[in-house]
Amino acid sequence: MKKLIAPLLALPLLAAPALAEPLLWGFQAEQFEYRERDGEDGFAWDFDLFVGRDEGKFVWRSEGEMGLSSGDYEGLDNQLLYQFPISPFFDGVAGVHASTPNGEPDRYNAVLGARGLAPQWFEIDAGLYLSDHPYMQVEVEYEGLLTNRLILVPSLEVTMPLKDDAARNQGAGGATVEVGARLSYDLIDRAVAPYVGFSYEKSFGDTGDMLRAAGEETDEFSLVFGTRLMF
Amino acid sequence: MISISRFKPALLAAALTLSGSLGALAGTYDITVDKIRINTGEFTKTGVGYNKSQTPTILRFKEGETVTLRVKNNLRESTSIHWHGLILPFRQDGVPGISFNGIKPGETFTYRFPIVQSGTYWFHSHTGFQEPDGAFGAIVIEPKGGEPIKSQRDYVVQLTDTHPHNGNRIFRNLKMSADYYNRSQRTFQDLVRDSRANGLKSTLQERGMWGRMRMMPTDIEDVQGFVPLINGQSTRQNWSGLFKPGEKVRLRIINSSAMSYFDFRIPGLKMLVVQADGNPVKPVAVDELRVAVAETYDVIVQPRGNKPYSIVAESMGRTALVRGTLTPKLGLAGPVPRLRRKPLLTMADMGGMMGGMHGDMDMSGMGHVSSQGTMDHSQHQMPMDEEMDHSQHQMAAEPAEPAAPAMDHSKMDHSKMDHSKMTETAPAAKEMDHSKMGHGTMQKDTKSAGTMDHAAMGHGTKAKGTMDHAAMGHGTKAKGTMDHGNMNMAGMDHSKMDMGGMGHMMQPAEPGEFYAPGSGLKPVAYNGGKFLSYKDLRASRPLYRDRAPTRTIELRLTGNMERYIWSINDKKLKDSEPIRLKLGERVRFKFVNETMMSHPMHLHGMWTILDTGKGKWDPIKHTVSIAPGTTVYTETEVDAAGQWAFHCHLSYHAEAGMFRKVIVQ
Repeated sequence: MKKLIAPLLALPLLAAPALAEPLLWGFQAEQFEYRERDGEDGFAWDFDLFVGRDEGKFVWRSEGEMGLSSGDYEGLDNQLLYQFPISPFFDGVAGVHASTPNGEPDRYNAVLGARGLAPQWFEIDAGLYLSDHPYMQVEVEYEGLLTNRLILVPSLEVTMPLKDDAARNQGAGGATVEVGARLSYDLIDRAVAPYVGFSYEKSFGDTGDMLRAAGEETDEFSLVFGTRLMF
Repeated sequence: MISISRFKPALLAAALTLSGSLGALAGTYDITVDKIRINTGEFTKTGVGYNKSQTPTILRFKEGETVTLRVKNNLRESTSIHWHGLILPFRQDGVPGISFNGIKPGETFTYRFPIVQSGTYWFHSHTGFQEPDGAFGAIVIEPKGGEPIKSQRDYVVQLTDTHPHNGNRIFRNLKMSADYYNRSQRTFQDLVRDSRANGLKSTLQERGMWGRMRMMPTDIEDVQGFVPLINGQSTRQNWSGLFKPGEKVRLRIINSSAMSYFDFRIPGLKMLVVQADGNPVKPVAVDELRVAVAETYDVIVQPRGNKPYSIVAESMGRTALVRGTLTPKLGLAGPVPRLRRKPLLTMADMGGMMGGMHGDMDMSGMGHVSSQGTMDHSQHQMPMDEEMDHSQHQMAAEPAEPAAPAMDHSKMDHSKMDHSKMTETAPAAKEMDHSKMGHGTMQKDTKSAGTMDHAAMGHGTKAKGTMDHAAMGHGTKAKGTMDHGNMNMAGMDHSKMDMGGMGHMMQPAEPGEFYAPGSGLKPVAYNGGKFLSYKDLRASRPLYRDRAPTRTIELRLTGNMERYIWSINDKKLKDSEPIRLKLGERVRFKFVNETMMSHPMHLHGMWTILDTGKGKWDPIKHTVSIAPGTTVYTETEVDAAGQWAFHCHLSYHAEAGMFRKVIVQ
């Protein structure tokens, strides 16, 4: 990766030194973790890879979870987004989203959203996913500094279907809520920060009913072991 | 382009040789630019250096000499050398994209220019992040007729903040996460400690206030984790300068750091400051001085003991220090002091921010607040111990009985603040003057505060001796001693203040104030003695006659910390138009710092006369630090045609856009 990017960075520098701004890129994984639970253990990730400038950047965002014995993707969401500032602390995002897990019909959405830093240091990521099966999702995180390196990150994610999607057991208005907390230690700068924690997910309302009717669990508790990554 | 730029200096040099053939000096100097290993004793890294060494090269010129500098680029990337503070033709100034095209790999570039000044300067790469990576050296120019102030020893003391990461990586990390390198953030432990000291409620309120603004009071050094070096040597490597007891030793202090201001001291010795940024100043004796990034100061010390003296440079954020030694014989090392308590920014330092914040917080009504930083809420914070109750604060106009005679609050000017709009403000309040104000609201919050701690207010740990509460009538319970060692802002209940009405009531700080009143950054000397201020600098040899400026150009220093965008007048370099000046005019610059960081602003090619209110005796500099929440004026005689760079000398701020091109026509 670095080898590929380096010449890219060098070009604008040579062309008009001192006046050009180089392209920036980065990789940030909030989750990169083993999930241990009653059922099949899984491996989950949630990362952003971006390239761009202050004025706007392209982001590949990937979230997913793979069953470790079956190799099936229980969740697989990829987004290609354009992210741009809309206020001092918030960015707008617009792009496309593909949800292509195993065993469920694929879904494709247009995404509109906002992400940024709310007062009191809450990190917010909110999106509206638009298609025949629209839903919205809001994620809130907080970095609690126990020390300058030992960091507790509680998180809350709410997914709210706006229309029924029977094939995916999603009922309009029936939210799925995921709460988690991860205790990490900045091992190498902020590049590698291993953590332990938990994640608990529960579905409510029609979504819960549909899951029950299909014989599936409406909630799930996992212990998680993983690392945050940033480079 | 290159051929022209080479041809011109050749012509110039020829002309000089012809006209000044009464024995004009002409030296030729060779410099190589190399990839080097840097070993700090704590870590090693690959960096860039001159003449294959991590010990900075010192160029020694004579005033009146015409120098030829042959710079060979042994790197695999382009490079450049800028002669920081030198007055020279702009094609020789060494800024790629502004004065020339840079020096390509393998190329030898020849600079040639006359030396028209004397003093201590430095040089560094102006390409990418080569300077933070180690590409800098010193310039010492002997005046015609020799140094007017004699010394038996003469040492360059070049400071830097060597970081294990290279510049590109640091910049990328800062862009991804502006607090990437801030390991001084307040933690849960601090919350517990402050709650114990000040009460949970007021502590949470104070945290809430910063949190509402999404600002950190610890945001003083963007890049921590560096190892400071003196002349390429860390504390462990112990740079040493020899002296014989009783000798006068001249130290030429140069701060070549990428990002770090250093507070400089030699415990046990008074330092006589004789030069600032290469220009002689009326000598002033100090115990400690702050050297902003890119500034130089010459000091003279006279160690009399037959023992080693520590040379200590401690970073402004108190995250690192380096110790070197002045010693009567090699092999001795002075003691290494402990880092002093880390300062915290106060609301005074935030004064300017508020103008720049848009509706994102309930202080939006303050949009027009002048960034004078006089909105110093911290000043409300009367220090007290648990027995002091603000309800007893008379705040009467006539001085009450001196409760704590040793303390001097005279610098805390409450009169600048209008409290009339403060809801819940108790009686008084029609006059703005604090001296007549009941502390109703404040008291409620601060009462619980057991001991309040003043360090964050810049009074430092020694504040005891220097504060005078006398005029403030602290009531009868005040004890003779107060611990100001650790004041923070807990207890200020902003939620109850309607700030909307406050802005226009503020008056500008008095001229010559270089920290916002109540700033957390205002330094205090290690021994409670004299700390150099810009106000102390008085040119001993003015270069220009004093005259009225032709116009004023306002430069607001702006930025978005969270995005790590730095700008001037809200525009980054790439979105900006050049600043156009006319040859022969005298322009006045008004710097308004709307950020919460200090910015050392550096204009190339022409002198910067710092307005300290002394008229023709104002000091003449090349780099001026603008503290947060302050407005500073400088004047420049526009006497050098061409294109020049003008920027914040913090490497990553300059790269992020706090940079302008200046065109003199």
